Amino acid sequence: MATLTKTNRRDFLKIAGTTAGGLFIGFNWMSCDSPKMEVLSTEEILGQAKNFNAFLSISPTGDIVIYSPNPELGQNIKTSFPMVVAEELDADWKKVRVLQANLDTDKFERQLTGGSGAMPHSWERLRKAGATAKHLLVAAAAKKWEVSAEELTTSEGVIYHKSSGKKIGYGEVANDAALLTAPEEITLKDKKDFKIIGTPVKNVDNGAIFTGKPLFGLDFYREGMLHAMIQRAPFGMKIKSIDDAAARNVAGVKDVVTFENSVAVVGTSTWPLMKAKKLLKVEYEADGKVESSSDHDQIFKDLLANGKTEVKREDGNVKAAFKNAAQVVTAEYQCPFLSHSPMEPMNFFAHVKENSVELVGPTQTPESARKTAAEVSGIAPENITVEITRLGGGFGRRLRADYVAEAVHVSKMMNAPVKLTWSREDDLTGGAYRPAVRYRFEAALDADGNMTGYKLRGVGMNAGNSTRENNFPAGAVDNVLIENINYESSITTNAWRAPITNFLAYAEQSFLDEVATAAKKDPVEFRLELYEKAKANPVGGELQYNVDRMIAVTKTAAEKSNWGKKSNVKQGISVYFSHRTYVAQVADIEMENGTPTLKKIHVVTDCGMVVNPTGANHQVRGGVVDGMGHAMFGNLTFEGGLPTQTNFDKYRLIRMKEVPEVDTYYLDSGYDPTGLGEPCLPPTGGAIANAIFSATQRRLRSQPFIDQTEFQDINLKIKRA
Amino acid sequence: MALINLKINGKAHSVDVEEDTPLLWVLRDHLGLVGTKYSCGIAQCGACTVHRNGEAMFSCITPAASLTEDEITTIEGLSEDGDHPVQKAWAEVDVAQCGYCQAGQIMNASAFLNKNSAPSMEEIDEAMNKNICRCGTYHKIREAVAMAANSK
Repeated sequence: MATLTKTNRRDFLKIAGTTAGGLFIGFNWMSCDSPKMEVLSTEEILGQAKNFNAFLSISPTGDIVIYSPNPELGQNIKTSFPMVVAEELDADWKKVRVLQANLDTDKFERQLTGGSGAMPHSWERLRKAGATAKHLLVAAAAKKWEVSAEELTTSEGVIYHKSSGKKIGYGEVANDAALLTAPEEITLKDKKDFKIIGTPVKNVDNGAIFTGKPLFGLDFYREGMLHAMIQRAPFGMKIKSIDDAAARNVAGVKDVVTFENSVAVVGTSTWPLMKAKKLLKVEYEADGKVESSSDHDQIFKDLLANGKTEVKREDGNVKAAFKNAAQVVTAEYQCPFLSHSPMEPMNFFAHVKENSVELVGPTQTPESARKTAAEVSGIAPENITVEITRLGGGFGRRLRADYVAEAVHVSKMMNAPVKLTWSREDDLTGGAYRPAVRYRFEAALDADGNMTGYKLRGVGMNAGNSTRENNFPAGAVDNVLIENINYESSITTNAWRAPITNFLAYAEQSFLDEVATAAKKDPVEFRLELYEKAKANPVGGELQYNVDRMIAVTKTAAEKSNWGKKSNVKQGISVYFSHRTYVAQVADIEMENGTPTLKKIHVVTDCGMVVNPTGANHQVRGGVVDGMGHAMFGNLTFEGGLPTQTNFDKYRLIRMKEVPEVDTYYLDSGYDPTGLGEPCLPPTGGAIANAIFSATQRRLRSQPFIDQTEFQDINLKIKRA
Repeated sequence: MALINLKINGKAHSVDVEEDTPLLWVLRDHLGLVGTKYSCGIAQCGACTVHRNGEAMFSCITPAASLTEDEITTIEGLSEDGDHPVQKAWAEVDVAQCGYCQAGQIMNASAFLNKNSAPSMEEIDEAMNKNICRCGTYHKIREAVAMAANSK
């Protein structure tokens, strides 16, 4: 159905200048097989193009520039956002160039990458941007031909008047159209008429990426800039004394400066600073809790037993349910801290001038980068510019602006443009981790194996609320108690891809498997019974999830994976709703000569309409690989306030040979698109752990799996079909 | 400091750096060839992979001063127009997510295919196991290497 919507003035301010910086040039690199032809540079196009709104400009040549406001870190937003604009514009995708927009809070809302929220937030805004521009182009053509706009049609950047046989390109009416006033209300396309959305469109930066063009923050260069690297204190400690004599003697080092609890070595290139940093002699003393992982294990146990809890949700009479239970199932699950470890380490360029600051670099939140720079420099935010580079991964780490603050500090102290670079060791020891969490689950079952009571108590290290109290199975169980305890650790934490649910989903889905086993029920049937109960009689008011979509992904996953029908294949299912998206996964472990071999993970996703199938597949498979890698291998432990694993030799990331086949399916539920950057990660650990249980009767209750005693003699193999 | 003469992408370069400076930092900081990436610095992740006389090499741990007799190829010099069979396969399969590791992946894959032009899937997995992709594009990397092998 076509939708009539009101336009939002804020997104539609006519803009005078160009939005993007000059350095990072958009590419229109469709395919290597395209015939080579003379094309205008993006600057040449922009030089003559007219702006229609914050998102798009059209030049008389018919070339179209679409600005993508949100930081691109691999979630493919720089391709999928412009696809939506181009769709409603009826543009010829081959004539579209995409530019990363700089931070501009007047023109754009939510220039942020996080929470898988960009597409749901911007879906309608992007469509309107394209639709209003198309409306103006058509109006200009109608005026030129002296016909009614209703007689005109558009396709691939051309306007047609069927009865007279006239046609004209968008470029030829762009100048006239840009003078017209954008309508207040606009009719959007019927989804069935989409020609670009729903088709596989390749990453607009492919050409630049595959030929090594400077795209990333670490690639940024400014004539005369200084380089900086920083020595940070262990968690819970402060600087006692600094001996920088040897560091200063390294050729290429210009200065060593100290601010707050950090020591910066500053020089003319990176390598001398790496050497100099190792020569710094910094003594530290305790300034708070100096923690080790062994302390954490004890703290978890103590707090789970005796900690002061915050009740997050309570339904029915939990005490009675457990007292009257025929059977009680109890289990505890624990995960370690994790580093985000994007392949591009943290870095940022800052130039603090007398009355302004220039920032360039990889950030998921350019607005908080600006705010942080304002606080450190004392310069008003309106005098601070932020150019967003491509991000070499983020996973939540670049939501924090600590490294931006450092770059600004050093630039201010050195009175020079400075590029700050973190080493890999800095990245792993620099904090803002996925919090370590321990959960205790308890389930009460009646004589028929129905779950009558459910308790979850979470203890997190700087995790805030380590529960998601309104997620399933809340709503499906009469008596529920969800409690949280937050321990204030000196080790800093931050959002990590699918915050909290990245482990909670595993723990919960594995525990439900334990309950199904105790109830002597098939894990899929057990879940479906609970969903049906929630649907028929939701406990505690309106459900916070769409139970029909849960049912649909679960049933489809069972069907696609031939659940329970392959005698030589042991399976595990895991279903989770997060970030507005519903995902069910089934892991297949085939017994090969008695050896359990993880071969495939089936993934059924309901993310509403799929904007770009190739991008969606990336996010689904990438999420599964990420979820699996960290469940299997990820472990950051601490000794005396410092991580034990400081580089990829000890901090193990998943590799090529450790990845099973991943089959992807999408359910078109008719909803508008939701995000995919996070929701396919949470279910994976549970699907694998449940399949391992099915194959070996070993229950893995902690991560990483490879460190668990139960895992040692399983000899799990991973092999792609 | 020492004057080091290097042959990179068919061109002679002379750089004045400390003798222990790894090739990676000569490329990135002194020659402006930033396609070769820094990620771990200890030869664990493969982001810094370049070719030394056609063989894949980790540039992050190899002093530039040890390479004066060698032909070095970086991602910028793999082909003139980004049309090396491996680059074309990478585009066709649409391999990248964030893209940061992909130059290293492409350099490793192209060196591997030079030695083994008709690899099995197991051989591809083995060869590409040296490079980490934190976004998890492994399925597509594998597909692209196989495609490039077939197109040669």
